[in-house]
Amino acid sequence: MTLYVQAIVNGLLVGGVYSLMALGLSLIFGVMRVINFAHGDMMVWGMYLSYWLFVAAGVDPYLSILVTGSAIFLLGAVIQRGLVNRILEAPHEMQILLMLGVALVLENAALMAWGPDPRRVNTSYGLSTFWLGPVVFDLPRVATFAVALVLALGLYLFLRRTELGRMIRAASDNRIGALLVGTDILKVFTLAFGIGAACVGAAGSLMTPFLPFSPSTGIFFTVTSFNIVIIGGMGSLLGAFVGGLLVGVSESLGAVILVPSLKEIVSFILLILILLFRPQGLLRSSR
Amino acid sequence: MLRLGLGAVSGAALLILPFWIPSTWQNLLITTFYYAYLGQAWNILGGYAGQLSLGHAAFFAIGAYTSAVLASQYGLSPWLGMFVGAGLAALLSLGIGYLGFRFGLRGFYFILLTLAAAEICRLIALHLPILGGYTGLFINFTPNPWQFQFQGKIPYYFIALGFLCLACGIVWLVQRSKLGSYLVAIREDEDASEALGVNTFRYKMIAYALSAALTAPGGTFYAYFQFYLQPNTVLHINHSVDIMIRPIVGGMGTILGPVLGSFLLELLGEFSRTYFAAGVAGLNVVIYGVLLIIVVLFLPRGVYPTLVHWLRQRPGDSR
Amino acid sequence: MSLLTLAGVTKFFGGLRAVHRVSFQLSEGEMLGLIGPNGAGKTTLFHMISGFLRPDAGTVTYAGKPLVGLRPHDICQRGMVRTFQVARPFLRLSVLENVVVGALERVTHRREAVAIAGEVLELTGLAEKAGSMGQSLTLPDRKRLELARALATGPRVLLLDEVMAGLNPTETGRLIDLIRAVHGRGITVLLIEHVMKAVMALSQRVLVLNYGELIAEGPPAEVVRDRKVIEAYLGEDSAGPET
Ligand SMILES: Nc1ncnc2c1ncn2[C@@H]1O[C@H](COP(=O)(O)OP(=O)(O)OP(=O)(O)O)[C@@H](O)[C@H]1O
Ligand SMILES: [Mg+2]
Repeated sequence: MTLYVQAIVNGLLVGGVYSLMALGLSLIFGVMRVINFAHGDMMVWGMYLSYWLFVAAGVDPYLSILVTGSAIFLLGAVIQRGLVNRILEAPHEMQILLMLGVALVLENAALMAWGPDPRRVNTSYGLSTFWLGPVVFDLPRVATFAVALVLALGLYLFLRRTELGRMIRAASDNRIGALLVGTDILKVFTLAFGIGAACVGAAGSLMTPFLPFSPSTGIFFTVTSFNIVIIGGMGSLLGAFVGGLLVGVSESLGAVILVPSLKEIVSFILLILILLFRPQGLLRSSR
Repeated sequence: MLRLGLGAVSGAALLILPFWIPSTWQNLLITTFYYAYLGQAWNILGGYAGQLSLGHAAFFAIGAYTSAVLASQYGLSPWLGMFVGAGLAALLSLGIGYLGFRFGLRGFYFILLTLAAAEICRLIALHLPILGGYTGLFINFTPNPWQFQFQGKIPYYFIALGFLCLACGIVWLVQRSKLGSYLVAIREDEDASEALGVNTFRYKMIAYALSAALTAPGGTFYAYFQFYLQPNTVLHINHSVDIMIRPIVGGMGTILGPVLGSFLLELLGEFSRTYFAAGVAGLNVVIYGVLLIIVVLFLPRGVYPTLVHWLRQRPGDSR
Repeated sequence: MSLLTLAGVTKFFGGLRAVHRVSFQLSEGEMLGLIGPNGAGKTTLFHMISGFLRPDAGTVTYAGKPLVGLRPHDICQRGMVRTFQVARPFLRLSVLENVVVGALERVTHRREAVAIAGEVLELTGLAEKAGSMGQSLTLPDRKRLELARALATGPRVLLLDEVMAGLNPTETGRLIDLIRAVHGRGITVLLIEHVMKAVMALSQRVLVLNYGELIAEGPPAEVVRDRKVIEAYLGEDSAGPET
């Protein structure tokens, strides 16, 4: 029993940062209808930046999210302006091909810079834990969860309360409509892509204290983000958030019930079930 | 007439070429043919029927593992095991297709379904003891043609070329048949096709099964060309991408697209490998990625259709 | 002898009652008009007859067999084919190829289908456009192509959804002649039309749909004098509903 409670707790803790990662993907998709196949690779770049700041200057990953968030924001904005913006009306396969090209560049640029061996950020508190009843909490995971939650909340408030955020939501709800009321659509697109990238970049930094990573890690996070976003509902931010927690928990339970190396199978099966029976996602009403 | 002559000359060239070129070039051509073959198989579903699959690695792996396991466990020749693999791949594709098409998944949703199915296959394959788990499966080399094993590169060259010609022939036949007309109609507009009496579900299933069945022998070839299979390579998403990318670059829904795409990407890959790989690992793939991006931005219809368009326009162009 | 019979056919979209208890019969060889203001439910009715939508209630019977639950291609294969209000040519296929797809419903071999398509293109006046791509066609040609593809399937019943919309008077006149010719070949026609000239010229009998309900039925000359019909159309003008 404790085993399962423990698994659920761990799943939720990781799920928080999954949510942040998927929020980024969902935002980009919602506004531009483009699937970011380079999502996980952007995340890996966030991880390496944090790693580098930690090794070179001793900056704690929880602090360096400010830097990585901004850096990956810029990266996203540049990718949107230079590339994505030019293929918004292109057929599906060409959009995918473009983003795959970006993913290849990002992944292998990381390979050039840091080599293929897994890295990890060894903070002083990396192995600290505390107990709450029979359940053990892993300090970095708790901190990551808390920060991810704060960031997600910040994003929510930004989208709800600010003029810019309102414009982004309007574009996401209705692209043509936003165009008609004279929104500076290019600005909104660039901003949305940048913010989406910043989310996943920050999520990357937040994972470094407990997760080893290498350039080839990216694709798995890309796929996990896809899973979450479909499960929650394409373009739905709340869906991405809940979906992240759900996938976190289901993988963590899957690791206990099956074997750890099979944990993703649970979320893939979940994905297929959602695709078949509730393609609009758990948290979106149809149409 | 010109085309016929051109065809005859290039055909003859392809037949004598392998005897004159160094083994690295032989390798390059074998890989080109082999990926063109896989791309052609993918093309039936993706290019003609318009259903993009990001999970063809699964069918590939079924072809590879089925023939390898049948050969090692039961001594069945891969030449026969290949057909068993094709049958199993078709069965799996019918399963995935049934789910996807019955439930009306289109576009990105279908892509994700295929990707998820392939990933599930990868995770399962990693845990099947008979496939060697993370260590992978080694195939013992016995230079026995009946066991699909050959000394030197030249037999592989001709087999790959033969496979490719066969696939192109099949697609050519498809293109000239009712099946082909229906597939492109479905690609263009499913509802309009239904209204005109096309059983879209059935034809998509046929396209999927044919595509999967053709992909599997590619896996058999790979198994006996590499003599080593590992789920994280043959079933990796990147491998599905490798299969899909060539027809997209070359031009989907055309016979020459996958072939041209494969030649180009192999050349680009080789070019970036020889000129940039010496220094830093990864640089060649970065270059490759940049080139892909350039293709999308400047040849968005694929290389072959763009080429045809140019050739048609130029002579009559008065400007 | 009734070829197509609708009884109590009803469709809701959420709370919106798009079609409500519609019943009528279409006889073999008839040319029946279906008119009504924008949003009356005409297209929705076609969707239900042709298998694209399932009625929430009611039955559709064709040639003595119930149709509800059949998929659109089944219905086409039984000889009833529909066109789309917004023409949907296969954009990246040639005009000939577009029609071949329709013709393949009757024959298995492409060679025969091409022959049929050629005849249909001749009949519909698209012959010299045979090599053009679907996407390069003008609106009138798209409408013709829509009709040509449907004809190529060799239908017994043709369901035409506003094939005249957006055409100029000359084009309309030519299309009226074409539809009359098609009808002359023994094909039963049910046509939705806003262009009154076409309805008056073509239909032997007219049904009027308003807010999803049939409000009038009869010969065209009588129906246009019907008070309810006039109100329905006038109401449309003064209230100015969605276009
Ligand atoms: N898929 C749908 N979902 C929700 N509402 C729909 C849908 N299709 C049609 N409607 C609504 O149902 C009503 C009937 O629409 P329909 O298209 O059948 O009208 P119509 O008579 O063909 O109009 P028009 O003359 O403009 O073509 C309209 O109010 C329309 O907005
Ligand atoms: Mg209508």
